[in-house]
Amino acid sequence: MINKDTTFLGYRRENGRVGVRNHVIILPVDDISNASCEAVANNIKGTMALPHPYGRLQFGADLELHFRTLIGTGANPNVAAVVVIGIEPAWTKLVADGIAKTGKPVQSFSISQNGDHATIMKASAAARELVQWASEKQREVCPISDLWVSTKCGESDTTSGCGANPTVGNAFDKLYGLGTTLCFGETSELTGGEHLVAERCRTPEVREQFMALFNKYQAMIDRHKTSDLSDSQPTKGNIAGGLTTIEEKALGNIQKIGKKCKVDGVLDYAETPTGPGLWFMQSSSAAAEMVTLCAAAGYVVHFFPTGQGNIVGNPIVPVIKLCANPRTVRTMGEHVDVDTSGLLQRELNMDQAGDKLLEMMLRTANGRFTAAEALGHREFVLTRLYESA
Amino acid sequence: MIHFVVHEDGDSVGTVVVEGVKSGDKLAGWVMEQDKMVTLPTISAIPIGHKIALQDLKKDDTVIKYGVDIGRVVAPIKAGEHLHVHNVKTKRW
Repeated sequence: MINKDTTFLGYRRENGRVGVRNHVIILPVDDISNASCEAVANNIKGTMALPHPYGRLQFGADLELHFRTLIGTGANPNVAAVVVIGIEPAWTKLVADGIAKTGKPVQSFSISQNGDHATIMKASAAARELVQWASEKQREVCPISDLWVSTKCGESDTTSGCGANPTVGNAFDKLYGLGTTLCFGETSELTGGEHLVAERCRTPEVREQFMALFNKYQAMIDRHKTSDLSDSQPTKGNIAGGLTTIEEKALGNIQKIGKKCKVDGVLDYAETPTGPGLWFMQSSSAAAEMVTLCAAAGYVVHFFPTGQGNIVGNPIVPVIKLCANPRTVRTMGEHVDVDTSGLLQRELNMDQAGDKLLEMMLRTANGRFTAAEALGHREFVLTRLYESA
Repeated sequence: MIHFVVHEDGDSVGTVVVEGVKSGDKLAGWVMEQDKMVTLPTISAIPIGHKIALQDLKKDDTVIKYGVDIGRVVAPIKAGEHLHVHNVKTKRW
């Protein structure tokens, strides 16, 4: 059903990238600027604050990742315009300038020596102008090759590996040849199947880069590890759903990259890909962290297969949930966008399931709210690499 | 009605995909890769999503699913028995 002539209705931004949402965000640089951002978003309807707990006394690679994630979030084409608020002018300007490189409107305010009242007043005035400007933006017909799609699974069980994840794989195989830009990650959750991902890398160089990132993550786990990683990999939910070991979970996870796609390149956390194809991104397997990193890398739609029923969303990227577990579909149906439980009774084949997901992807790209959007799931979770100074 | 699915021939386990499986039930299984049906009686109650052993396994045997190693047996398992964290453990961490 999907081919190179398939189109969707998106917002083409100043830098040529295409978004599927038209958010105006109020972005705090640091934890203590959350209150001002939330006040501005409360004052000015149609804007959204993205509060988070970090941004003070970070340094080195951890600080660089903090900036990359904030700048990437503001730069994401699902965002029309940004108001940045931080305590100190230098880091506030750094984040605002990074986002402004896309050409989109950005206004920034620092609180030090101004206070919350004056900052909120000035930032609200700016936000009001930006949201009125953004509200006149129109969707236009865009080729499928303009779509950037990421994936990550969560609260997986054994039905993820035989139902929902291979559905994403089928959809990825169909999108791959159409010039789209795709992403997967969850480094620790490839453990036991890393050789299969390595075999799929397009060149020996990509394979070497992938294994270097994989081994780096394993070394971190080795430094801190406990039995079964303290019920974190697999999680209690995974085990309740029938997954026994990390290897079993990983093999299910890897179904998401389909049977035909090649891994064309690797990305560090929140790094933006430089061309179409399938990219592996170094990332945590925690749902909100990984989706936040994909959004910061520039992905505009996310496929999220679940077994036991993860309910995660993202403030700026629509997260499409699919599930093949009939019990979860029954008990948590309000979180499920695409029901693929028919797969396990042969009422639906994998090709049909993949098409069903792609149809929902296009409807979502055209503006349909996902379950997570309708339910107000806006989890914005920044990845940390180590302690603050 | 499909009661359990198996990824491919050679796997040591199937995944139960219906609720309410009891000990002694005769289950119908679908081997997805080869697209064929098999039958197997259970000797345990097995919750939806949990695995059924397709063959007898002894301690330290490797469990195969998707044609790949998913861990080692830590307590003997009979065909038709519930296979999970009480009798299988990761080889990684």
